[in-house]
Amino acid sequence: MHSFSYFRPASITEATNLLAGGEDRKLLAGGQTLLPTLKQRLAHPTALVDLKSIPGFATIRHEADVVVIGALTRHAEVAASELVTGAIPALAKLAGGIGDVQVRNRGTLGGSIANSDPAADYPAGLLGLGATIGTDRRAIPADDFFTGLFETALQPDEIVTQVYFPIPKRAAYVKFANQASRYAIAGVFVSDGPAGIRVAVTGAGPHAFRLPDFERALERSFAPASLAPLTVSPDGLNTDLHASAEYRAHLIGVLARRAIAAAIA
Amino acid sequence: MTDDGIGAHLLRKEDKRFLTGRGNYVHDITRPNQLYAVFARSPYAHADLLAVDISGAAEAPGVVGVFTGEDLKTDGIGGLPCGWGVNNKDGSPMKEPPHPALAIGKLRHVGDPIAMVVAETLKEARDAAELVTYDVTQLPAVTGVADAVKPGAPRLFDDVPGNLCTDWECGDKAKTDAAFATAYHIAKLDLVNNRLVGNPMEPRAALGEYDPSTGDYTLHTTSQFPHVVRLLMGLFVLNVPQHKIRVVAPDVGGGFGVKQFHYAEEALVTWAAGRLAQPVKWVSDRGEGFLSDAHARDHVTHAELALDRDGKFLGLRVSTLANMGAYLSTFGPNIPTNLYGLLLAGVYTTPAIHCAVKCIFTNTLPVDAYRGAGRPEATFVLERIVDVAAREMGIDRVEIRRRNFIPADAFPYQTPVMMAYDSGDHGATLKKALDIADWAGFAERRREAAARGKLRGIGLVTYIEACGLAPSRIAGQLGARAGLYESANIRVHPTGDITVFTGSHSHGQGHETAFAQIVSSLLGVSTEKIEIVHGDTAKIPFGLGTYGSRSASVGGSAIAKAVGKVIDKGKKIAAHMLEAAEHDIEFAAGTFKVAGTDRTKSFADVVLAAYIPHDYPLETLEPGMEENAFYDPVNFTFPGGCHVAEVEIDPETGITQLLAYTAVDDVGTVINPMIVEGQIHGGVAQGVGQALLENCVYDPQSGQLLTGSFMDYCMPRADDLPNIVVATEVTTCRTNPLGVKGCGEVGTIGSPATVINAVVDALAGYGVTHVDMPASPEKIWRIIRAAAPHAAAE
Amino acid sequence: MDVALTLNGRRVKRPVEPETLLVEFIRERVGLTGTHIGCDTSQCGACTILVNGQSVKSCTMLAVEAEGAMVTTIEGLAKGNVLHPMQQAFHEEHGLQCGFCTPGMVLSAVDLVQHNPAPSEGEIRHWLEGNICRCTGYTNIVRAVRAGAAAMQRASTGGGND
Repeated sequence: MHSFSYFRPASITEATNLLAGGEDRKLLAGGQTLLPTLKQRLAHPTALVDLKSIPGFATIRHEADVVVIGALTRHAEVAASELVTGAIPALAKLAGGIGDVQVRNRGTLGGSIANSDPAADYPAGLLGLGATIGTDRRAIPADDFFTGLFETALQPDEIVTQVYFPIPKRAAYVKFANQASRYAIAGVFVSDGPAGIRVAVTGAGPHAFRLPDFERALERSFAPASLAPLTVSPDGLNTDLHASAEYRAHLIGVLARRAIAAAIA
Repeated sequence: MTDDGIGAHLLRKEDKRFLTGRGNYVHDITRPNQLYAVFARSPYAHADLLAVDISGAAEAPGVVGVFTGEDLKTDGIGGLPCGWGVNNKDGSPMKEPPHPALAIGKLRHVGDPIAMVVAETLKEARDAAELVTYDVTQLPAVTGVADAVKPGAPRLFDDVPGNLCTDWECGDKAKTDAAFATAYHIAKLDLVNNRLVGNPMEPRAALGEYDPSTGDYTLHTTSQFPHVVRLLMGLFVLNVPQHKIRVVAPDVGGGFGVKQFHYAEEALVTWAAGRLAQPVKWVSDRGEGFLSDAHARDHVTHAELALDRDGKFLGLRVSTLANMGAYLSTFGPNIPTNLYGLLLAGVYTTPAIHCAVKCIFTNTLPVDAYRGAGRPEATFVLERIVDVAAREMGIDRVEIRRRNFIPADAFPYQTPVMMAYDSGDHGATLKKALDIADWAGFAERRREAAARGKLRGIGLVTYIEACGLAPSRIAGQLGARAGLYESANIRVHPTGDITVFTGSHSHGQGHETAFAQIVSSLLGVSTEKIEIVHGDTAKIPFGLGTYGSRSASVGGSAIAKAVGKVIDKGKKIAAHMLEAAEHDIEFAAGTFKVAGTDRTKSFADVVLAAYIPHDYPLETLEPGMEENAFYDPVNFTFPGGCHVAEVEIDPETGITQLLAYTAVDDVGTVINPMIVEGQIHGGVAQGVGQALLENCVYDPQSGQLLTGSFMDYCMPRADDLPNIVVATEVTTCRTNPLGVKGCGEVGTIGSPATVINAVVDALAGYGVTHVDMPASPEKIWRIIRAAAPHAAAE
Repeated sequence: MDVALTLNGRRVKRPVEPETLLVEFIRERVGLTGTHIGCDTSQCGACTILVNGQSVKSCTMLAVEAEGAMVTTIEGLAKGNVLHPMQQAFHEEHGLQCGFCTPGMVLSAVDLVQHNPAPSEGEIRHWLEGNICRCTGYTNIVRAVRAGAAAMQRASTGGGND
């Protein structure tokens, strides 16, 4: 790693000021993506601003018909949370399938979504549930949040503070993992809830996205058979060593049907 | 007699240090005043190296030295030697271009080392290595063997036309052609044996030291054979006499062949330690390991099997292009030739075999031995084409094998490709494996899986391999440039405690336990009183090291031979003490006895007399009790067995799950059943990895390595594998004193073909006859889709 | 800057650079070399340690992030000369060969049993997703974890009879 400075702010305001206080400063949450990137010398921040000492940043609470999860909540905490497993079991299952145990013990919700890794699991969950991302200055609907490959709607100095997940009637997430990295080659989150019927895909494109024609078909009948006539176009999907766009397009259909089956089971 | 000798399920003596974090790996060793080496490596697959500019790096903070290939040349440092010369079929020698430790004039693969930066801290060395710059003219690269032999392909060496290292053959071509002319059926198969990276969990590391007051060099290195490193490094690279070099391989975190080569880095840190008169340490990280460890496999093969009307094999012909990479690694050309072609008889009576192998240079990492080394490739060819033939002729896969087995009463058996098998009972291993795997019940399991929408398949392999490398005389005829014996020294202390010094290094195989069991059985001494020392040229007389499943059969036999000398000397002493004739002394269960009497002396008493020779035949016998032995085997050993795998394929995603694996192996005498079982488990996992998960891929245009980390190179995880069921079916080896055959590689040799045979069986309904490794999900999905377009589109 | 933490029950404080990884702190600053480094992409788990009781990859954590933490490495597991039940189980079930992945594997298994006192084979295999072993084929590791879990259960329930 190259050298950098390290700050451990005690409040979000302090964190924002630190982030703005110099060139190329980066936020550090769980570090499970950032630190490997730095170790490979693929990024050279001048300073890391560690958010983990800010109080109240890693809480999970129930508010009316939403579950609110603090940005610094670790994947393992979401997976094990009685509140989440009770209200949105599909989200708990998604969190429990990210990376591996050790990664889940460090990695955080906010860190994951702010990074917008095309193969991360959470973006599918946020889009698939119609979540809202709360930051230090505003609320951003998930539909507007993931804008590109490793790009989000966040301003450079903006900090994700929490995510509001509407509680669906039913939902499920099914992923097909890259056998080596265990990231999603494709993952599909489906839900039927306050945000309507949603089908969100991760791993297959430059960023997570929804499948409107799948959603419309499911609005008629929330059953795997509704998807049978539909196919996904490989245009614009990722092709890499492990999966072609064509294969990913096919997998999305398979995973969507399986997710629906799981959601109604 | 002790109960912890040969055959005992003895828990390992070496475990405690590993379980408590007290293992001592090279990375764990730190010396005062230690410097750190980092290598600047080629980002290009193929380029003329016009100039290297080290000025920026040399001036960077903390940098003590920056060295290039020119510096090595100036200092008279040689290139890395190849330890095995394989002749062309016309008898002429192979092409053996130089392998500079740091590149000079040309870069031939991504990762080719250009400069070594030595600095006071690792970070300073890394920072400075980024400042090494170079002028290059990029050249077109070629990474695959099929492309490298095409006319007009990029050429790696001016004096190696067609990138052809050697054009080798074995067997009788005319006889094989004649056999094919009479065939009722000819099965044909084209296959690729995928390129692998061995990836022991401990990355390679080396720590060089030099004492200017004595001129002594010490190298700690992650090696499977420290003596050979000393020999090759001292003689060919550094030009330092053997007695001025000590090489230590302390605890080594897995080898699998990858750590049995002499690598540039270990010579260079040793050399730099001398230049700088400070210890110099290099530790590879995983990414660097992918770019500097020798790779493995990488064959393209066409095979044909001729059969008569009854499915008896009449002839086999195989032609293979084998990737050598950009330079010859220590054993590179031996692997796809002698360790491959000479195994193609398998367990069958095929009377005529011809195998032609072309070893090809490409712009990739050197390719060399990795667990199994040639024999998994041979088994894959043979056991795949046997399955293809069986299906084409409508003969049951088990039955066709039984019809062609070398009968148990036909041993010793001379194959048409040089090997003389000493023993085996392949019908017995087959029967046991089928019973354990419930082969008979498979049809029902397949029906049940089909009801769930899954494709279930079962596959088997009956294989043999040659290990226990090797009789020096034969190895010499095959091109080995060294002997392949092993040494042992038995030091019996005055107290009766025993230290055994062996040239067989242990890096996970449990020698410290199994070798103690051998000595325990032979001397009647508890293993608690026996310590095994390995891995240090300063302590051990000599050693050829650990590879080719040779530790028990060659290293263990050397120990047995040395023990025999101890016993012989003990008999002389006992004869004196008991006032009997030497030839009347018997030794058993730790006691010397005058035959036919109750007059005895314990081993401890005899040892004590040897060290306190107050009443001792000093005029004819030296005091003390320490014996050396060198053991050169009279033949290879031939473990064999039958493996059965059962898989289930999800036709919608193409993913294959291995549900069950049964390995029944004949490894000869079992010294420690727990260790044997563990060795086979691990070997199977590596073979399953090749079959389903692992693949080393280069971009064919740029020559860049696309699978350069565990993010892309898939290592088998716990949830990729089932419980591996292991059993043994022993016929003892007739050619070594212990009756052992070897167990280190059998799992890896049998398993790739076994798993693919199961995968093909699962897909048989689609008309599939072969699937290349790894059977990755998209590959399987495409196969299914191509066969059943309607099914895939649903 | 200084980092102070409790390592295997002992308070340690060492100066570090911000970019110092926790594994470097443990291996190089403190000198406990039982925690190994097997990859550079957070895949292999050889560097697994327990931080505040939870398994983490110490190659993917800065030393400064462990300020004030309770850290357990493989060296801190045995009580004197008596192996931890999980270490003992790995010994008895031959759950290790070269020993390189072993420290991380054992600590990961200890963390599993904290969450799931009687894990099934499938649960063990899934839990160990973040720990790669190249030697054993995992069969004996799975056996060891099951045996170790049972032994940990016995140890935790067995002491209260008097």
